[in-house]
Amino acid sequence: MKDRYRLLLICLGLLTLVLFTLSLLTGPASLAVSDSLRALFTGQGDAIVLVMREIRLPRALLGLMIGASLGLSGAVLQGFLRNPLAEPGLLGVSASASLGAVLAIYTGLSLVFPLALPLMALAGAVLAVVIVQQLAGKGAGGLAVILAGVAVSSLAGAMTSLVLNLSPNPFAAMEIVYWMLGSLTDRSMLHVQLAAPFILVGWVLLFSLGPSLDALTLGPDAAASMGVSIRRVQWLAILGTAASVGAATAVSGAIGFAGLVVPHLLRPLVGAQPSRLLPVSALGGASMILAADILVRVIAPGRDLKLGVLTAIVGAPFFLWLVFRTRRGAI
Amino acid sequence: MLVMKILFGLMAGMCLHPAFAQPPKKIVSLNLCTDQLAMLLAGEGQLYSVSHLASDRGASVLADKTGAYVVNHGLAEEVFLMQPDLILVGSYTTRATVDLLKRLGFRVEEFAPETSFNEIRMNILRMGGLLGQEAKAEAMVRAMDERLARIEENSKAKPGDAPTIGLYYANQLTSGSGTLAGDAVNHAGLVNLGEKLGMQGTQKLPLEQLVMSKPDLVAAHNAYLAPALAYEAQLHPAFRTMTAGGKLIDIPDKYWICGGPFTADAVQLLAEHR
Repeated sequence: MKDRYRLLLICLGLLTLVLFTLSLLTGPASLAVSDSLRALFTGQGDAIVLVMREIRLPRALLGLMIGASLGLSGAVLQGFLRNPLAEPGLLGVSASASLGAVLAIYTGLSLVFPLALPLMALAGAVLAVVIVQQLAGKGAGGLAVILAGVAVSSLAGAMTSLVLNLSPNPFAAMEIVYWMLGSLTDRSMLHVQLAAPFILVGWVLLFSLGPSLDALTLGPDAAASMGVSIRRVQWLAILGTAASVGAATAVSGAIGFAGLVVPHLLRPLVGAQPSRLLPVSALGGASMILAADILVRVIAPGRDLKLGVLTAIVGAPFFLWLVFRTRRGAI
Repeated sequence: MLVMKILFGLMAGMCLHPAFAQPPKKIVSLNLCTDQLAMLLAGEGQLYSVSHLASDRGASVLADKTGAYVVNHGLAEEVFLMQPDLILVGSYTTRATVDLLKRLGFRVEEFAPETSFNEIRMNILRMGGLLGQEAKAEAMVRAMDERLARIEENSKAKPGDAPTIGLYYANQLTSGSGTLAGDAVNHAGLVNLGEKLGMQGTQKLPLEQLVMSKPDLVAAHNAYLAPALAYEAQLHPAFRTMTAGGKLIDIPDKYWICGGPFTADAVQLLAEHR
């Protein structure tokens, strides 16, 4: 069992590495593989170094970090809420973080104070989780949590559209699509610097929950008797998700379904043990977003296809199948 | 229903009958480009209303001269109440309104956006004809042509190869061949990067490709104070590095969003950087 788990980690790690490299080698400017890698590592050559180090590297780094955040937080939320449908997108966390980010950018606040961007997104994310928990109530069933998430998501989405429509800049309204579906096109190292600290802090919080989540599989009472503080777990899960997904959304827009699909696909492979699911979900999420981000550049070059379109094509049917299974009481 | 039909019939009758030989006396324009041409050519009191965009400083060259006109928002209702005898529209904007106004029997004249100086000439002359201001229009075209010839001559006299310029607007759009901005670049004696890359019309030029093609100059412009992601590429470190050292020039969009005699101003600005 332990060997199989290690093998799974190594395989997923390698897959992520391969996709990360492919992401670095994909782009509208057709560059030779050897030239681009040499430029990336040695910094020799002028324009090609700019492309590799300032355009493609931040894009691949963000794909890696954002994907890992979505996969990891999906695994934690599903374990903590003991709800197969939990996921940052469906709980309204991504949409609310988007709203926070939109407020920071379009009011001009982030121009004066750049940290306002991740901070406002984080605040939006925290607010979403707290509201969903309050709306759904204690010990809520799976569908109640999701309904609350849908309500928060729709409201945040509507407010985002409103803010963008009210902006005096006529281009703002066209950017609704970006905030609803997400994209990594032409992000820069500035975005990496802004988001990375929050994302890393979020990861530390979320990874620290592994043992508590294992105990929680026995039920909250049994976990409490084992010395697990439910309140502490709750706050760590909320803050960890808000920090990582909030910062991710602030620089990429809301990307749905990755946090839902990845933990479900990988759970059977780790024997349904949450502490083991966390690292593999992080790697799986990173692979999924990196792959999606490569595909948007290959399928429709120059059209700026949004990432969320691809994740939804995979994720939405999967979600329907899960709802169907939940309804039959199979979970 | 019957009442409506009779009303429509009456209106159609009233509006279609007046002889077109007489120049229109109450003109309403619904499109930024027809706004500007009409403002330049109309006689005293002839133009009644222009679109709200005409007073937008970022988009309109004549933004400060709209005070005398009633503002419209391209809505059929407000235009109907104005009872104009000529409505000027663009061939791509306010389509639903245009269809409705035509059905109500108003005289509607459509203008396609100009994609070259040739089309500017044609549109100016056509507008002059519609407004009964033929002489004014002909003089305007003559003055524009003289100015263009002068700029072109001066530009050609300068030594060295013509520099390549990449036009880079909001949302990373650039102009290839068959565009007004491209034609302005050619008249200024510069080489248009979009055309060099084989692009036709207005297309997205990914930042990577702009960086790799190393143009001598990049023309960009941000007309709005309020932020939007559309202009984020202009803040990207890669963009800043490649345009460092005076390669970035500012050409306001308003000169070529719509074609007019003022498009020669853009040619002048471009030619100064040769």
